[in-house]
Amino acid sequence: MEAVSAIEMRGISKAFGSIMANREVDLSVRWGEIHAILGENGAGKSTLVNMLSGIYRPDSGEIMIDGQVVEFASPASSIKNGIGMIHQHFKLVNVMTALENIMIGRRGGLLIRKKQWKQEIRDISDRYGLDIDPDKKVYNMSVGEKQTLEIIKVLHQGARILILDEPTAVLTPQEIRRLFQIVRNMKEQGCAIIIITHKLNEVMEISDRVTVLRQGQTVGTLTTADVQVGTLIERMVGKRLDLSIKRVDYPGERRPLLQVDGLTVRGQDQKIALEEINFDLYGGEILGIAGVAGSGQKEICETIAGLTRAEKGRIFFEGGNIIGKTPRDIIRLGIRMGFIPEDRLGMGLVGSMDIVHNIILKDYQNQPGIFLRRGPSQAKARTIVERLDIQTPGIHYPVKKLSGGNIQKVLLGREIDSDPKVLITAYPVRGLDIGASYKIYDLLNEQKYKGVGILFIGEDLDVLMSLCDRLMVFCAGRVAGTVDPREVSKEEIGWLMTGGKEQEPS
Amino acid sequence: MKLIQIKKREDMSRKKELLIRIVAVFLSLIFAGLVIKILGYDPLNVFSSMVNGAIGTEIRFKQTILKAVPLIITSLGILVAFKMKFWNIGGEGQIMMGALGATFVALNLPDLPRLPLLGLMMLAAIAAGGFWAFIPAFFKTRMGVNETIFTLMLNYIAIKFVTYLQYGPWKDPGSQGFPKVAMFSKNGTLPTLFGLHIGWIIALVLVVLVHVFLNHTKKGFEIAVVGESQETARYAGMNIKNIVITAMILSGGLCGLTGMIQAAGIEQTLTSTLSAGYGFTAIITAWLARLNAIGTLVVCLIFAVLLQGAAYIQISMQIPAAAADMIQGIILFFVLGSEFFIQYKVSLAGRLAGLRPTRREAA
Repeated sequence: MEAVSAIEMRGISKAFGSIMANREVDLSVRWGEIHAILGENGAGKSTLVNMLSGIYRPDSGEIMIDGQVVEFASPASSIKNGIGMIHQHFKLVNVMTALENIMIGRRGGLLIRKKQWKQEIRDISDRYGLDIDPDKKVYNMSVGEKQTLEIIKVLHQGARILILDEPTAVLTPQEIRRLFQIVRNMKEQGCAIIIITHKLNEVMEISDRVTVLRQGQTVGTLTTADVQVGTLIERMVGKRLDLSIKRVDYPGERRPLLQVDGLTVRGQDQKIALEEINFDLYGGEILGIAGVAGSGQKEICETIAGLTRAEKGRIFFEGGNIIGKTPRDIIRLGIRMGFIPEDRLGMGLVGSMDIVHNIILKDYQNQPGIFLRRGPSQAKARTIVERLDIQTPGIHYPVKKLSGGNIQKVLLGREIDSDPKVLITAYPVRGLDIGASYKIYDLLNEQKYKGVGILFIGEDLDVLMSLCDRLMVFCAGRVAGTVDPREVSKEEIGWLMTGGKEQEPS
Repeated sequence: MKLIQIKKREDMSRKKELLIRIVAVFLSLIFAGLVIKILGYDPLNVFSSMVNGAIGTEIRFKQTILKAVPLIITSLGILVAFKMKFWNIGGEGQIMMGALGATFVALNLPDLPRLPLLGLMMLAAIAAGGFWAFIPAFFKTRMGVNETIFTLMLNYIAIKFVTYLQYGPWKDPGSQGFPKVAMFSKNGTLPTLFGLHIGWIIALVLVVLVHVFLNHTKKGFEIAVVGESQETARYAGMNIKNIVITAMILSGGLCGLTGMIQAAGIEQTLTSTLSAGYGFTAIITAWLARLNAIGTLVVCLIFAVLLQGAAYIQISMQIPAAAADMIQGIILFFVLGSEFFIQYKVSLAGRLAGLRPTRREAA
């Protein structure tokens, strides 16, 4: 076991156009080891493992699996070498059962021997402590179950090396714990496991060793037990960072700015997406919304912003009912509300246009006449670029060519420039690197200090718990509970996220 | 296994873009020259005749301009729709309907003074062309009907309808049984300036107007945003249905105006072949101009030279029409093909390319 590594990647380079995604990367994973690959967005983690799973081919360098030099022409040859990849977005057929999903993609004989397959699945499940009902349809499964199914699928294909790409992003704390238990079982069975993540606490909790990537290069491989979180951050970001999120106090008087009363909304599929939502948002507070993805976060934002029609209920902005008002009405009536949508380039901004035109987007409606006036927006663009320290070659540069953090700053900058009283933010730090995320938290805190009421939809519970004053937990379109994040544990929130259906944490 | 990899290019310097375009034109000339040689003609002679035929004398130059005018105006119409990513393939039909509208006015009010008559004809043409574009826009915004197929099929309805009028109700009784629509009165034809009907002035004015409209008005901005992302347009409080319909009426109205100019300036009547493929050619020219109004002017002029030159060599050198079409086709193929190479990078992949280091490439 000591002699041969499960995976040995040496001097791997891969370029996309002029961008070097991986440069001379080395990675060595032993059998019976949980190996974390840590790095910020764009550090080249996914590129690296996609070369292991046969999706990309390296431009140079060599890969050895169990001591043998290999060259993967396709994902099929990677599977043949015992590598199983669990993608962040599951690759399952919704209308099929678990068993059928395992069977497709396997080349077998002419006859389908369901019984034998079921037995095999049961064996695998027993061995690794997995739990799945082979006859359950995928669309009836929770995210955790789908992930389990993906794992069984690759194990059934004979995988001895498992690669998990950001496996915890969509899970509740309880599901994460279960996943980690499965991973540990697999390790005991002698498998090699690679976990890609940018969450430090997970690295510390689960991994034996960790390889840090930065800007496409290996920074180093460390033994987890020997390192401090601070060291990892320094390696990952390249500099020291203070990673505590401040919770500032608002000095002024608390008064409700936005009141949501009995709001019921149907989603695009006509199913109830929000049911009887009631809450008040006060000036000078950050009200967080936590929940499993798709619990109604998108709908609550878009309904308040006037993009989605409500079926029932009222929304008061400073006492006036704004239900039924379109975004156009909201802009024209001068209702001071900012909205940072989840899909920045798809909804909040026009990617191919420059900063000036993206600022005009919110201003032009209230301009007189038929002509577009760029002057005032140009001045505004300059101010925003300066104030938020946006890294751009100029204000006439297409926003989609900026980095994720700078794109978000353009959007946030535009929204706070209009002096909003209420700011709705949906996943404002998604995809941003650590430095940029902290800049966004600071900006939000700054707004809060000025008395703005902020609705913050987030996915990282640690962030939600340290940034928000109050935390609302959504579950299947309902408010499962509103808690004070200073007084509850993560497990309790996780319990609310699943509507209390899961067992109480022991 | 894939041997060829195609990647979208991120950025390309202007210089390199220009180089690719020049190489494309050069290659097209070589290939076209080869074809001409095989046919037994002297390539250099043919090419110089083409240029000579298009701009060699004042009369030929005027002919070229007369071909450029409908192309420019139709391209402007197509451009307005394409800017919004509304694929208006219905230029032909909108031209026909425009011509039909103008003809209806010209035949019914032949004795009006020239200015009001032409004004009315223009309005009727814009209304009819706009209406023809409004139909698909309406169904697109209400029911999400695919506009490409819808506009395409409306072409045939328009053309067949004009054919019906030409052979039926609008057949000129004074034409001795010949199936044609009556000629317009003198007042129903476009006046000339410098020996050309004033369509060229209209085209120039429209280039400026469309440029200003798209780049300096709120509506133009809205059209561009809708074209980029409907979700963003919704987010910014835009009335998308309204914008799509307005832009399409404008697009169809411009194409309709082309119909009026061709009817009143060239044919002086309505014929079922009046649109002459301009509605389709304009799609190419609008793209080649990168959906830019000023660029349209330049591209259409070059295109008109090509069309006129090809027509000239058929007569002067007895080159068959099919061969002239081939030369045109080859040139187009290369020019359009170069756009692909400007947008995408093609490279050998896999074993052929081997696992060679690429560090230098990336630098």
